[in-house]
Amino acid sequence: MLKPIARIISVIQGIGHRVIEAVWRLGRATRFFLLVLLKSGTSLRRFGLVIRELYYTGVLSLIIIVVSGLFVGMVLGLQGYETLQKYGSETAVGTLVALSLVRELGPVVAALLFASRAGSAITAEIGLMKATEQLTAMGMMAVDPVARVVAPRFWAGVISMPLLAAIFSVMGVFGGYLVTVLFIGVDEGSFWSQMQSNVDFRIDILNGFIKSCFFGVAVTAIAVFEGYDSPPTAEGVSGATTRTVVTSSLVILGLDFILTAFMFRGL
Amino acid sequence: MASETLIEINDLNFSYDTRTILKGVNMTMRRGQLIAIMGGSGSGKTTLLKLIGGAVRPSSGYVKVSGQVIHELNRDALFKMRRKMGMLFQFGALFTDLSVFDNVAFQMREHTDLSESMIRDLVLMKLHAVGLRGAHQLMPAELSGGMARRVALARSIALDPMLMMFDEPFTGLDPISLSVIGGLIRRLTDALGMTSIIVTHDVQESLSIVDYVYFIADGVIAAHGTPDDVKESEAPFVHQFVHGEIDGPVPFHYPAQAYLQDLNLEKALA
Repeated sequence: MLKPIARIISVIQGIGHRVIEAVWRLGRATRFFLLVLLKSGTSLRRFGLVIRELYYTGVLSLIIIVVSGLFVGMVLGLQGYETLQKYGSETAVGTLVALSLVRELGPVVAALLFASRAGSAITAEIGLMKATEQLTAMGMMAVDPVARVVAPRFWAGVISMPLLAAIFSVMGVFGGYLVTVLFIGVDEGSFWSQMQSNVDFRIDILNGFIKSCFFGVAVTAIAVFEGYDSPPTAEGVSGATTRTVVTSSLVILGLDFILTAFMFRGL
Repeated sequence: MASETLIEINDLNFSYDTRTILKGVNMTMRRGQLIAIMGGSGSGKTTLLKLIGGAVRPSSGYVKVSGQVIHELNRDALFKMRRKMGMLFQFGALFTDLSVFDNVAFQMREHTDLSESMIRDLVLMKLHAVGLRGAHQLMPAELSGGMARRVALARSIALDPMLMMFDEPFTGLDPISLSVIGGLIRRLTDALGMTSIIVTHDVQESLSIVDYVYFIADGVIAAHGTPDDVKESEAPFVHQFVHGEIDGPVPFHYPAQAYLQDLNLEKALA
């Protein structure tokens, strides 16, 4: 009679333990995020540090962003044309491609790709630096690793994310143009003019840009925290890298819903 | 040689969670001395270095470096103190994203306003001292273990520290690299007039270069003295350690119940 009760209690204890652990971790992450902001002075004063990281997070992510953007745009063009031509409004395909990209797919898909390409790399690098005592060594040399290693990577990620999202959207529009205008033969003039008249700078482009800024902060904050918080072992670093990609992806999608609700409600 | 005390450790205790690591350790180290701290794995040697560097706080007692109690310093004062300390980590801990040159230049760029041409000269001089001037453009991944240790040594003496700490500097080195590092530690200690502390379990190499030895076992100082004292010591622990005997005060077997009982042979043999 006692045994099942003891088992139930231990299960409840286990759940409680995990919840408390998760809350603690969230608290640690928030404090770490504030610490990074607080110690960003060095990165701003010595901007060369950020530019170096911009190369690793931004420039090296370009290929995957450009290629994916092109294909996503091409698929949008094909699917959009397929549906729109049923209603005889295939010239609106330009508007469809541009709006889908600028409002949603550009920021979201670029952020997902960015999390798996650059976010995981940031986590792995910081985690390995910790595991090989490089961060401790830096502290012993009286150089704060948060200011010198973490903050430049954070700011580089925050800066590159909106730029990558913009490039993604541009490549997507170009991909849509390739498929619908050049291959299928939709009228070029109406493709562009409909897009121009229906895409609003403030409502569509600016809101998309704001979204990608939020995603940039979220992804890089998660990536640097996971790296800095990872256990200094091989399994620890690999686990942290996986968590970066999974958590960032979920956060991106969740944030996207919230931001969209604020931005496009009733429009 | 000046005999001024640089480090004073008084009744130092340290526990991690509920595990006591150091119990009432007392030490004094003078300027210009080369000191070895020896003991088995997990005896608290590395913790002692961390306490001197202020990376962890003692449970009670204190470490004084040039008259200042380390754990009472605030962050800025501690960082100021650390600029005068160098630490060589077990596997070098070189920054893998920087070249050999940039690794050695790291502290000069972070802490001084020296011009790039001055830094270049200084870095090449430091690298020359460890025999790796020719390797300045390599990346850490291209170095052998011994070379990486030497680069790390050059990096840690970049700002001419008054105190150098070496955490297991001889681990995993071939005999040639081992005597190279040993010789370098002795030479640099004398040339720069710094105090050096080596944490190690390599008896032969360290006894041939150091001025004074402390043995730590189970968190207390088991013995101390000059290398000659130590070699002739009859204290059981020191004797076992210096001569590498398998059994002694440090038992070969992890505590367990009787062997026959474990194999269920008691009854059969009874």
